[in-house]
Amino acid sequence: MYAQLVETGAKRLKTRDEMSPEEREFQEKVDAEIKIEPKNWMPEGYRKTLVRQISQHAHSEVVGMLPEGNWVTRAPTLKRKLQLMAKIQDEAGHGLYLYSAMETLGADRDEEIEKLHQGKAKYSSIFNYPTLNWADMGAVGWLVDGAAIVNQVVLQRTSYGPYSRAMVRICKEESFHQRQGYQILLDMMREGTDEQKAMVQDAINRIWWPALMMFGPHDDESPNSQQSMAWKIKRKSNDELRQMFIDQTIPQLEFLGCTVPDPDLKWNEETGHYDFGEINWQEFYDVLKGNGPCNRERINTRKKAIDEGAWVREAAVAYAKKQKQRAQAA
Amino acid sequence: MSEWRLYEVFVRSKHGLNHKHVGSVHAADAEMAMENARDLYTRRNEGVSIWVVPSDTITASASDEKEVLFDPSEDKVYRHASFYELPDEVGHM
Repeated sequence: MYAQLVETGAKRLKTRDEMSPEEREFQEKVDAEIKIEPKNWMPEGYRKTLVRQISQHAHSEVVGMLPEGNWVTRAPTLKRKLQLMAKIQDEAGHGLYLYSAMETLGADRDEEIEKLHQGKAKYSSIFNYPTLNWADMGAVGWLVDGAAIVNQVVLQRTSYGPYSRAMVRICKEESFHQRQGYQILLDMMREGTDEQKAMVQDAINRIWWPALMMFGPHDDESPNSQQSMAWKIKRKSNDELRQMFIDQTIPQLEFLGCTVPDPDLKWNEETGHYDFGEINWQEFYDVLKGNGPCNRERINTRKKAIDEGAWVREAAVAYAKKQKQRAQAA
Repeated sequence: MSEWRLYEVFVRSKHGLNHKHVGSVHAADAEMAMENARDLYTRRNEGVSIWVVPSDTITASASDEKEVLFDPSEDKVYRHASFYELPDEVGHM
């Protein structure tokens, strides 16, 4: 998931009797699957949680450009370079759709970005891992975008209208990302040298567990889930989504002729799902706290981009002012 | 505060269809809003025409005015074709 551990401010769900008449009316609308729109009344907790979740999701799209940007100048062919640039441009677009949805809640884009730069806002833990070889571009597209799709397909039905509509747009574009990633790996496995095939397996070995962490902690360790589910900001639990992802990914992995670094992974005939080993949660919380391999580098790169682009934004404002003055004088 | 103004974006997806609201962009002026909207909302032939409108110039109905605003149209069933029953012999009208 692109949003992990989103704080709702609620320790437990309110009962109907504890709700104000407005809250009750709001909850009934949500229960009836009627979308909440920007001008509708909403509980302050709902608004704040959505701002946190959508901004976190947007930051993830934006920071997510960095590990891929690392390979634009190193792509093996012009075709791959063009595909990679198109994908990165989409990620920027997804970030903007989401910031746009977030602003309908009265939040300010620049302020939220400032929070990210000060380390007060989170983004997905997955983007704090380095991309070390070309096969990482394939594995990121296939596994990271694949995990994001599982989450985002469900979020198309989220209760907040602008967020839901942004998700619909994003999902349409995301399947290109996953396919181009998988195709990179498929080409390497089919036509590559032994060394290139080893690169594919190495990339999967490094990215597999962090990709599973994207869905967030276990349901019983996820204190905010209950409120988010009641508000239908979240539609399926972390564990459910993670299982869906694993079940659909393993056959694709086998087709590649690769393995995942999990000795406990095996098909369970009884449940109809794959069993899998325990995630290293210490690593998850460490990365989330800012101590992953690339946390500092990612934030510094974002800050640098904003700071060094300041003159462009200032020039644009100055130009717009000048044009306006000219038009008024004429 | 954001240094650039917020614009709402409307896209006509095909000739013959209405412009439809798709989202918003920030820009220093209308021309830049148009270019940003093109880059953001029509990367895959999603449109043949774009409108950009400064968000603060839009007047929208408030949700709590809903009843007052739309109530007058609710009790006028005679405005619908289905109100007028015709004998089957008349055929399709």
